[in-house]
Amino acid sequence: MRCPTHFSIGQEAVAAGVCANLKQSDYVISAHRSHAHYVNKGGDMRAMFAELYGKVAGCASGKGGSMHLIDLGVNFIGCVPIVGSTIPIGVGAAFGAKLQNNDAVTVIFFGDGATETGVFHESLNFAAMHKLRVLFVCENNLYSVNTPLEERQPEGRAIIDLAKGHGLPSVQCDGQEVETVYAASAEMIDRIRTQGGPGFMEFATYRWLEHCGPNEDLQLGYRPAGEYEYWTARDPLQLHQTLLTAEGILNEKSAQQYTAEVDARIDDAVSYAKAAPFPERKDLFQYLFADAS
Amino acid sequence: MTERQLKYSEALNEAVDICLARDPKVYLLGLGVPDPIGVFGTTAGLREKHGANRVFDMPIAENGMTGVALGSALVGMRPVMTHMRLEFAMTAMDQICNQAAKWHYMFGGQSAVPLTMRMIIGRGWGQGPQHSQSLHAWFAHVPGLKVVMPTTPHDAKGMLIAAIEDNNPVVFIEHRWLYNIHGPVPEGYYTVPLSDGPRRMREGKDVTIVSSSYATLDALKAANQLAEAGIEAEVIDLRVIAPLNDTMILESVTRTGRLIVADQGAQTAGFSAEIIARVTEKAFDKLKAAPARVALPDGPTPTTRALSNFYYPTPGHITATARKMMGLDYARDPFADVDPANKNMDVPDKAFTGPF
Repeated sequence: MRCPTHFSIGQEAVAAGVCANLKQSDYVISAHRSHAHYVNKGGDMRAMFAELYGKVAGCASGKGGSMHLIDLGVNFIGCVPIVGSTIPIGVGAAFGAKLQNNDAVTVIFFGDGATETGVFHESLNFAAMHKLRVLFVCENNLYSVNTPLEERQPEGRAIIDLAKGHGLPSVQCDGQEVETVYAASAEMIDRIRTQGGPGFMEFATYRWLEHCGPNEDLQLGYRPAGEYEYWTARDPLQLHQTLLTAEGILNEKSAQQYTAEVDARIDDAVSYAKAAPFPERKDLFQYLFADAS
Repeated sequence: MTERQLKYSEALNEAVDICLARDPKVYLLGLGVPDPIGVFGTTAGLREKHGANRVFDMPIAENGMTGVALGSALVGMRPVMTHMRLEFAMTAMDQICNQAAKWHYMFGGQSAVPLTMRMIIGRGWGQGPQHSQSLHAWFAHVPGLKVVMPTTPHDAKGMLIAAIEDNNPVVFIEHRWLYNIHGPVPEGYYTVPLSDGPRRMREGKDVTIVSSSYATLDALKAANQLAEAGIEAEVIDLRVIAPLNDTMILESVTRTGRLIVADQGAQTAGFSAEIIARVTEKAFDKLKAAPARVALPDGPTPTTRALSNFYYPTPGHITATARKMMGLDYARDPFADVDPANKNMDVPDKAFTGPF
């Protein structure tokens, strides 16, 4: 794999909990840290890994990589790494849906850094004015690359206050317990679906690994003492397994079985991707322009 | 029977009107689009005719709104955005260059972005540094964008319809000083395919003048001046600068051996340099003289006419360049006799309003 790859590890519950409320016809768009959103919207796993490996069987034919996942079969309409850029594009999908009397809900996933961009505000203003069926989901993981929130945003002003300022129904929510995420987003999405108009959710969550890449980065020293330990103790997967076990839904054996099933799916996708061919030289300028209408 | 004559601005209005009527996916948005003035008349009456859910005004948020238009295109719409000044679209360079231009390619051809972005350029009457720039070369530099800048009312209508029907992002650049030019424009639906490339406006055997948009009017005036001196200039109107079809230019220079590029953009790293580079790369042995540019000087546009009168090249500059190339006497400073207070250079030349 040779492309900038931003892992969702530690932030899985937001994607899982929100997307569990969506229909296939609903739209999702994301940013650079998008793997969890793609997978939870139902994106094809083989096509994703093939894309990460730059293969022609990838979901973007190898031309996009980790930061440009797409699966139109499940209305995962794209993701790009220019922070904030997908927010208006997602609002545009919702606007296009409204113009076509399509009541699909559009969910836009982005991070805390994106709320500092101009287009964030431009998008909220427009979505509110046109009462679009769009849910803005901010995964606040406290950092933009390695720069903490306090160096980027004023102390004492919550991100949801920005959305409230634009008149959006807004909630702040824990992002580690998938049941909590699911319940809170169910209420929000149901309101958007039945009544129209946008909504905003800010989830508190945490990135375990380095900003970009598969390694830990505690040696860099930008995380305050104890922070990493606090958040990893609230591992979304572990929290959910503990809950399911306590409720008698899962036991040690079924948990192992389930984990083995997921691992097998991933192994299959990785094997498929590794074996798949690269694009050919003749494909270099393929898709520069779309065909005439 | 004489052909119907329309103004350039009326031709643009008619093009959008026809597209709105033909395709329910087409919608129009931009600052001032539905207001009583209607973007210098080009969108006047369209909301009344097609409804408020097809013709929108928008917040002053060009970058965000370009993203909105792009997103709507991804789910099946065919937006037409209008910017009253090209400078306003500069705040949307992220959405235009990073997103719209690359979306089809970077997602493996799965989504198309049929997005037309009209941008108005202009000059004069104190437009000054931020209401006058012709930055077509910027857009032409970004693969994935089509860049169209028609000169005649006929091409304005046919190419705007073609742009709206195109499945790619198209930057459609209109010079404000062309709006009152008139020429024959067929009624009803027709297109001028964007793949047609340049158009020969005048035939000649001595020198090829390549130009676009308003600069083509200057080139035609220069060709008239040159004809009086017995020099036959060929004038080629580029029409589509990206993707550039250079076949006609190369064929012409092969015959004339001389090339002048007249461009309303700045000279350094401008589009004129691209034309000259192509010709010198592909037809160097056919050239009888070094090619030349007649473009804007490398400085911001001044507001006062006392300075802008010495800023914009005139047809006389093209004429002088051609005469020099032909080994004839030429005006070393075509601005030499210009009166700084002259108001006539600050408005479109009333001596020529068409028809083409």
